[in-house]
Amino acid sequence: MSSHYVYAMGGVVLFALGTYALLARPHLIHKVIAANFMGSGVFLVLIGLGNRTAAEPDPVPQAMVLTGIVVTVAMTALGLAIVKRYYSATGMTTLDAPGEDGERR
Amino acid sequence: MLAFDILLVATIIWIAVGSLSQAKLFKSVVMFVIFGLFMAIAWIRLASPDVALAEAAIGAGVTGALMLDAIGHLRSRETPYPTGPEGAGEPDA
Amino acid sequence: MSRMPERRRIRVVPLLVSLVLFAIVMRAVLALPTSAEGLSGAMTAGAKASGIKNVVTAVLLDFRGYDTLLEIAVLMLATVAVLSLRARPDALSRKITDTAGPVLGSLTRAFVPIMIVVAGHLVWIGSSGPGGAFQGGAVLGAAGILLALSGYARPRWSAGRPMRWVLAVGLLTFIGVALLPLFGDGTLLQYPDASRKDLLLLVEVLLTLSIGASLTSLFLASASDTSAEERS
Repeated sequence: MSSHYVYAMGGVVLFALGTYALLARPHLIHKVIAANFMGSGVFLVLIGLGNRTAAEPDPVPQAMVLTGIVVTVAMTALGLAIVKRYYSATGMTTLDAPGEDGERR
Repeated sequence: MLAFDILLVATIIWIAVGSLSQAKLFKSVVMFVIFGLFMAIAWIRLASPDVALAEAAIGAGVTGALMLDAIGHLRSRETPYPTGPEGAGEPDA
Repeated sequence: MSRMPERRRIRVVPLLVSLVLFAIVMRAVLALPTSAEGLSGAMTAGAKASGIKNVVTAVLLDFRGYDTLLEIAVLMLATVAVLSLRARPDALSRKITDTAGPVLGSLTRAFVPIMIVVAGHLVWIGSSGPGGAFQGGAVLGAAGILLALSGYARPRWSAGRPMRWVLAVGLLTFIGVALLPLFGDGTLLQYPDASRKDLLLLVEVLLTLSIGASLTSLFLASASDTSAEERS
């Protein structure tokens, strides 16, 4: 197995970890962090598979990931602004009231 | 260098598990910034220095600052803003 | 390290969803051929022809310029959305910190000029080495955030007219340069060969300014104030 496949598979693991945390952690900021991890996992897969070429690495996935990083920071900023506004409006940091679905947080 | 790559990917996954399983938000964000720096090393190993520069600056730096600010915002008030009539005055144009 | 989550149950449905996604994506990754031709040959030749030595920059601005155009539009949309989510209309009139302490103040005064020069260098060197508009813009944004955190930049600036012009100029110039060939005999984003490098450099510099202003505004507009007694 070449070394870039290690990164691609690691990216898939990151994506799965981020998905679980996105769905399982009730706090909204944890969800934002989990979405960032999912994005980083996808980028690892893109560039890891882009290194399959024999000569230079493929520059198109690198450009796409560069675009993706900027879009991810825009998404994070907007998500955090929405969380803050939601907190200002309702006083809660989770979607359900604490203790509603058995979570102790 | 395959051993180094395996070790780096294992470290990245370990930091991710650590960040996503923390109870405290501050520790999660700190580990996210560390994760960003290790991702920059991974991008170097994958022969993409442009992405490494962008990840270190944007992914670890700006995102970390935004998250720390959000956490501080949640912590510094016990009661939320009074929700008065929104849009009562347009902000400066 | 963290406590292992024995105080927290493992949620079944998210676990199933993530395992299913893991299996699907892993299968897709492993099903691809282990060595592919890729586009690196064609891109390198094309970049040599266009005169930009950094292939990724050439791909970003020249070959996939439409993607970059839309990405800058997305960033500006997110900035507008964050600016419109301010909690109160006058929430931007408060400073983030009242004074900068001696360490933060002197570090800011020392670092911000260096960061501006580094950002300019990254943009300039982006046509022949690693760098480019996004990296320079990120360093500029970080300089703006540092200025905000040490009290030299006021949150009110993030919605003022000069900042809005700086935010808009990158996207508007890029759209203008993209639409310009339509008046001649080309199509969208088909740069004329003679002035390609100059046009791309102009677009890159203005994009850097816009991205830096956008990242600073994203931080300033949603920044919280430290004086809780000003709630009225």
